[in-house]
Amino acid sequence: MVSFINYLINGLSLGSIYAIIAIGYTMVYGIAKMLNFAHGDVIMVGAYIAFSVITTAHLPVACGVLAAIFGCMLIGICIEKIAYKPLRHAGSSLAVLITAIGVSYFLQNVALLIFSSNPKMFTPIIPMTMMTIQFGVFRVQTISLVSITVSIVLVLLLQLFINKTRPGQAMLACAQDRGAASLMGISVNGTISLTFAIGSAMAGIAGVLLCSAYPTLSPYTGAMPGIKAFVAAVFGGIGSIPGAMIGGLLLGVIEIMGKTYISSQLSDAIVFAVLIIVLLVRPTGLLGKKVQEKV
Amino acid sequence: MAMLNVKDLRVNYGVIPALKGISFEVNEGEVIALIGANGAGKTTILHTVTGLVEAVSGTIEFEGTDITKVPAHKIVAMGMAHVPEGRRVFPDMTVYQNLMLGAYTRKDAAEKQQTLESVYDHFPRLKERAKQQAGTLSGGEQQMLAMGRALMSKPKLLLMDEPSMGLSPILVSEIFTIIEEVSREGTTVLLVEQNARKALSIADRAYVLETGSITLTGSAKELLSNDNIRKAYLGEA
Repeated sequence: MVSFINYLINGLSLGSIYAIIAIGYTMVYGIAKMLNFAHGDVIMVGAYIAFSVITTAHLPVACGVLAAIFGCMLIGICIEKIAYKPLRHAGSSLAVLITAIGVSYFLQNVALLIFSSNPKMFTPIIPMTMMTIQFGVFRVQTISLVSITVSIVLVLLLQLFINKTRPGQAMLACAQDRGAASLMGISVNGTISLTFAIGSAMAGIAGVLLCSAYPTLSPYTGAMPGIKAFVAAVFGGIGSIPGAMIGGLLLGVIEIMGKTYISSQLSDAIVFAVLIIVLLVRPTGLLGKKVQEKV
Repeated sequence: MAMLNVKDLRVNYGVIPALKGISFEVNEGEVIALIGANGAGKTTILHTVTGLVEAVSGTIEFEGTDITKVPAHKIVAMGMAHVPEGRRVFPDMTVYQNLMLGAYTRKDAAEKQQTLESVYDHFPRLKERAKQQAGTLSGGEQQMLAMGRALMSKPKLLLMDEPSMGLSPILVSEIFTIIEEVSREGTTVLLVEQNARKALSIADRAYVLETGSITLTGSAKELLSNDNIRKAYLGEA
């Protein structure tokens, strides 16, 4: 029982990182109507930024985290402006999709050029002396608690931002009807930039958390979590922020439980099998909206 | 000087010309109707005026400023609000949130509240349903919401695209009564309608559009008594 609860916490911790990434995916999909397959690699960029600041430059952890957040934000905005925006009126979502895959390889190769393919040991953001916390019979990794807390706080802040602020309402409006939004005086381009900024900043946070929990950092670090987070977003219902949160958490738990109780080699296969089953039963995901046509 | 002055406006969709050199003007305080059959280019005119569609050539001037190349999101702050065809309310937001988005470019909270009260005066139904999701409203209520949302920007010129579409005759009359009220309160109105009889009944002047060109213009009274109009648009033998 004790070990089961420990696995559950590990699952929730990994899941909360997936959730933070998935929210970025889902927001960009909801507002820019595109799948940003480079989103996973922004995680890796964030982790390398934090690595350079903390491990190479020996600056405080807080500086590294902030640098990762703002660095990713900037990169996210640049990617959108340079790679995706020129294609927005091309009328082919396939062109944007292929470009996103291209951006993904571009980021990986730039990292390869700068940091080489040798994995780096990431210095966890939790000091060595505080790596675990003892709760009675439970011994929990501090980073797990940090990840879970951070993801909950981020989701709450995001909900508050979207529902209570003017730019948040603009984002909702653009997600529903860009043309009508622009008639309200909302700059659609500005709103899409803002969405990329927020999503990428969250990817930066996810990068730091991920590499603190699993400290080997390579140019391909972001690829698999990126795909998993995409699965989580689809699982929860793409376009829905609470859906991405739930999808992420479930995915993390399924992955860890599958690794522990079924097979560690098959864990990824189990994750995707669950996705396929969910999509067969609910094609729009757990919290996805039914597509309804009003006559 | 006319409030809105459109000169020789040409718009293409791909290679197909949608507007083949349209000129018209709207003076302050007027209610102008653009009438014509489906596909004549009425909606395209409104979309081009508010920057949703780009013109190939020609000019659009609003209060003396050339707005031909001004993007859609900068138009509303200049004093022009567009009630689009098919209402296009934000379905997953509440009535109140929709109305507040109408006032997106306005800063003063007290003034916004004042406008909100006056919109609720025109449309008491919207006040009752303030917390309801816009997507759950009936067609008539959505039309009221789309109008209310446009009025939240306190426009000098209100562009209305097919307000009668899909509504029962009673609701159409209700909507047109409110358009008249809005006009009386000092807002200039440019109305695009397939329901020519209704449109001409409240308009001062009208332009008749046929496949991308204006074929006839005059006061609403003249057009109502014009034999060709009666046959083509008013369904009389």
